[in-house]
Amino acid sequence: MAWDRNQMAARAAEELQDGWYVNLGIGIPTLVSNYIPDGIEVTLQSENGMLGMGAFPIEGEEDADLINAGKQTITELPQTAFFDSATSFGMIRGGKIAMAILGAMEVAENGDLANWMVPGKLIKGMGGAMDLVAGVQRVVVVMDHANKHGDSKVLKSCTLPLTGAAVVDRIITNLGVLDVVEGGLRIVECADGVTEDELRAATEATIVN
Amino acid sequence: MKKVYGSAAEALDGLLTDDMLIAAGGFGLCGIPELLLGAIKESGVKGLTFASNNAGVDDFGIGILLQTKQVKKMISSYVGENAEFMRQYLAGELEVEFNPQGTLAERMRAGGAGIPGFYTKTGVGTQIAEGKEHKDFDGQTYIMERGIVADLAIVKAWKADPTGNLVFRKTARNFNPPAAMCGKVCVVEVEEIVPTGSLDPDSIHLPGVYVHRIIQGDHEKRIEQRTTRKKESV
Repeated sequence: MAWDRNQMAARAAEELQDGWYVNLGIGIPTLVSNYIPDGIEVTLQSENGMLGMGAFPIEGEEDADLINAGKQTITELPQTAFFDSATSFGMIRGGKIAMAILGAMEVAENGDLANWMVPGKLIKGMGGAMDLVAGVQRVVVVMDHANKHGDSKVLKSCTLPLTGAAVVDRIITNLGVLDVVEGGLRIVECADGVTEDELRAATEATIVN
Repeated sequence: MKKVYGSAAEALDGLLTDDMLIAAGGFGLCGIPELLLGAIKESGVKGLTFASNNAGVDDFGIGILLQTKQVKKMISSYVGENAEFMRQYLAGELEVEFNPQGTLAERMRAGGAGIPGFYTKTGVGTQIAEGKEHKDFDGQTYIMERGIVADLAIVKAWKADPTGNLVFRKTARNFNPPAAMCGKVCVVEVEEIVPTGSLDPDSIHLPGVYVHRIIQGDHEKRIEQRTTRKKESV
């Protein structure tokens, strides 16, 4: 037993606080918007130049001029504001965005994050990820605990080129929640049906008490 | 001075040279100067370096200039949607300088604002920082990034008046204002040229001082990821 994608997204949504401006990455992080707790008002930032991102449009109402950072058609809200890319990253770099939730290929026990390239294989680019992890106040990674070969993605040190050095605050995986602390990672909670021993065994990184 | 031209080819006349640096607006396929890119393809100019967040898809956007091998180098943050790009890059035919997206936007803005370099936390401790000046401010380490001044900027806006004041629409604004600012010459394509005086002066997104030539035309405005929801799932 462990959390599925939606349960991971729902757990990540518990990180949100009322009044926050938040940037959600592509993949599982996008699902977080489906689980925003009642009574919590958050404004979603899309780094291509929008605050106040709405839902996907109803079929037939797509607008080519209205997309999110994943290039998907979306909608606006009554409080939406649009701006250019330099302004958008000004608010990211300037620490005005409270939290970014994003995916990762690898995370290390010192908070290093790798999610933008696999040398010789996958070269897509970092997009806005380097700016986000360097600029926002809190970085939460949501990802599967292991890769498709079953190897831990929560490592002593990253093997892939970094997106940011010592930038991650919290890791939410299908097996549980871990915080980056002095000396390694601290277990915050285990996923449903996962024991602490199982979480430790699945983690290459140092776990401290 | 007349800024309005009859076609994309006319507006680019005399501005294109081999091996030039062009800053292009757009994010994905949203807000890209599709008419000007088409005219650049027709001109046959080659050895181009593009500062542009993305490289389009195979048959739209900057992708059409990759097919004709007119592009030597891309300065971009994300190029994942383009198979021909990947092929040329992995074969060593195309040079790529990856810039973090916000760094690229700020490099354009700074270049246009007379700022030759600036310090940012973005990329510290990554391969982006290699070979760049590091400097500590208030106990934090930053790297220096250079402003970009492009030989030519090509951008897409929603509306212009004949003096070049521009209004953009929704998220199609994206890189267009910073790209426009950093060009020694800026050519703009719009959906509609409206009479001088009809745009609210308080609602101009980019003032005409940055704009040298304007064309009006029909835009395909292709959607890259058409995503919808069912009516009842609201």
